[in-house]
Amino acid sequence: MSDPLFLHRLQFAFTIVYHYLFPVLTMGLALLIVVMKALGLRRGGERWNDAARFWIRIFGINFAVGVVTGIPMEFQFGTNWAQFSRYAGNVVGHTLAMEGVFAFFLESAFLSLLVFGERRLGKRGHFAAAVALFAGSWLSGYFIIATNAFLQRPVGHAVGSGGVLVLQDFWAFLLNGWAIAQFLHNQMSAVVTASFVVTALGAFYRLQGRHEETARLFLRLGVASGLVSSLLVAYPTGDHQAKLVARHQPVALAAMEGHFQSGPRAGITLIGQPNVPERKLDNPIEVPAILSILAFGHADSAVQGLEEFPESDWPDNIALLYYSFHIMAGLGTIFIAIMGIAALLAWTGRLERSRPMLWILMMAFPFPYIAVTAGWMTTELGRQPWLVYGLFRTAQGASPTVHAGTALFTLIGFCGLYALLSVLFLFLVSREIAHGPVPLSAAAGTPEAPHG
Amino acid sequence: MAELWYGLAVFMLTAYVVLDGFDFGAGALHLTVARTDAERRQVLAAIGPYWDGNEVWLLAAGGALFVSFPRVLSAGVSGFYFAIFLVLWCLVFRGISIEFRHHVADPVWKQACDFFFWLPSLLLPVFFGAALGNLLRGVPLSADGWFALPLFTDFSARPPMGILDWYTVAVGVFALAALVAHGGAFLVWKTDGPVRQRSRRIARLAFTVTAILWPLLTVATIRVNDAFLPALARRPLAWLLAAVALAGLASALLGLSRGRDRAAFLGSCAFLAGLSTATAACVFPVLLRATGDSALSMTAYNASGDEAGLRTALGWLFVGMPLAILYFVFLFRFHRGKATAPADGEGY
Repeated sequence: MSDPLFLHRLQFAFTIVYHYLFPVLTMGLALLIVVMKALGLRRGGERWNDAARFWIRIFGINFAVGVVTGIPMEFQFGTNWAQFSRYAGNVVGHTLAMEGVFAFFLESAFLSLLVFGERRLGKRGHFAAAVALFAGSWLSGYFIIATNAFLQRPVGHAVGSGGVLVLQDFWAFLLNGWAIAQFLHNQMSAVVTASFVVTALGAFYRLQGRHEETARLFLRLGVASGLVSSLLVAYPTGDHQAKLVARHQPVALAAMEGHFQSGPRAGITLIGQPNVPERKLDNPIEVPAILSILAFGHADSAVQGLEEFPESDWPDNIALLYYSFHIMAGLGTIFIAIMGIAALLAWTGRLERSRPMLWILMMAFPFPYIAVTAGWMTTELGRQPWLVYGLFRTAQGASPTVHAGTALFTLIGFCGLYALLSVLFLFLVSREIAHGPVPLSAAAGTPEAPHG
Repeated sequence: MAELWYGLAVFMLTAYVVLDGFDFGAGALHLTVARTDAERRQVLAAIGPYWDGNEVWLLAAGGALFVSFPRVLSAGVSGFYFAIFLVLWCLVFRGISIEFRHHVADPVWKQACDFFFWLPSLLLPVFFGAALGNLLRGVPLSADGWFALPLFTDFSARPPMGILDWYTVAVGVFALAALVAHGGAFLVWKTDGPVRQRSRRIARLAFTVTAILWPLLTVATIRVNDAFLPALARRPLAWLLAAVALAGLASALLGLSRGRDRAAFLGSCAFLAGLSTATAACVFPVLLRATGDSALSMTAYNASGDEAGLRTALGWLFVGMPLAILYFVFLFRFHRGKATAPADGEGY
């Protein structure tokens, strides 16, 4: 605990993992709210508007926590990773600044209209506000992922005077192939998360026997979007992402799979524990040749093992990387199964009477959060020991003048602050859930005053 | 290009001071000018639609500095480590309080939210003022371009210095007075009834305090920064901008006493914008002043990012800035007139 580098990493990891629990829902929910508002535009679509109104309130709470926990992220590049900022600021500063200019201004302008402006804007205006929020939140996601993609696979840069990075090709940097692939994969996982949350609440209300009409809508929409997004997150987006890792970060792929020896017909391990000192997996349950096929499309393709790379280039926490990847991939598979069965039951009209399935759907909602977190841990641990892949090591990036005592102070501060935020968040969300959706006429007694 | 980016950075930071300044000021006055729940909701309804967008200017300015002056941003933000986190934590409490308040119709909940909205709103202007004070006084930059400052030492403004000393705290107090006046002028413009009356009284007082502190602080700045006075004498632009600030201050005070609310608020905007740009014009091209060897200071010329990157950023700023300004025009038009707290619990 006396190593400042470790504390900088831990603080960044903790604050970003915590922060992302909120945008992952708001990005997915933004899309589902647009769908609900679109269905609400049709004749007799009032029930969809009631459903959207409820989710907009949940969205508002999540968005607020996302905003306040997001601001520290932006600054921690400078406070804790000052040498990295000096090294790469001229490149990654672009996307970070563009997020503010193109996404945050848009979101902040329309959020209060979406939350408070339903009466004043009318159906179409309110739908437009939902679309603006959706566009803003997905754009914001893209700029952050483009920033991350540069760290994963640097393109469009050159090394300038003084050894710092300079931007050479803006469009190559902004439209980095890695960024596009990762964005699609990530956004699909956000839709999976929102779908599971919507479905879980539908199942909860159904099991309680409350809000029957709404519960039906939540289940229908959640299962449909949940099935589609669970499939898309695995194929083609996840598959494509894995192939990019195989091509550009082969050592990360080897570590993700706990693959120590090279060779063709490389297998995939379902369960096993990496034993790094002895260079093997303990208790492996393996399916042969699958890794070769997944990574390169052919069973005879050779997959490089960790042995082929110098140990100084190995990710520094192979076991955690291995588990993160397997938890993500395993849960992703389970999501397809759950939503597949739920969709089948819904198709045949039996979902609302199938109590076991409703229980499963209700209990399942935390798992997409876990899968998403594990997925990002895979991405970030796989990038180690590099901060900018192949160019700049994590150990080079920390702030030179911030010592361990200072970093520990702020880390403890964040732990306390975010514990408080969690309590408040859960309190408010559980109140909203207990309260349930209400029609616009009952949401408020008198017509809305114009300046709410 | 370096001059242009210095100007852009000043523009964005000034926009931040003027815009987030009014909701900080309104927040600092929250407990004083609004006594009942309905009155407090009036204050929150007045700033509610804007505060989040106003805060984005801080992020946009930070991002712009990241691109254009990476050495300044990385040295500055890591050197002021503690102060930055205090600011960030204040922003967290403030944002949560304003956004969570309306979710629970319970007096205890609301009082807690009001308090945790008021306190950071009061502290943040002091912190931001102190930050400006640090830039004017200078920081102990080393030859390789880094520094670290403790939060405080002996408050003497001489090495070994801290982030807070008599000078920077004085700038902080001045900033608080100016933003309280600014927020008060905003509330006078946007509210009615007792809230407007109380805001008007306090804003006039705060503007008067600001007017008294301003020359005193200028003298203090000349004491801690020996380059300030010679620069002030040589730069007509700084005089012009200071004249704008003075005119703004006068029209704010005049507007308040004659009941021309919008003119008073716009005058206050002109005062803050004039003051901030005049200061920038005085210290140009220095961005991060070194207290020791002045050759170690980071300037727009020796610390700017790569030329090609700056040109690219100019390209997307050219598209993005008008859009951002358009959103603000739309927001102010959509919410024009007095803000009222809806009786039924909808809205802030």
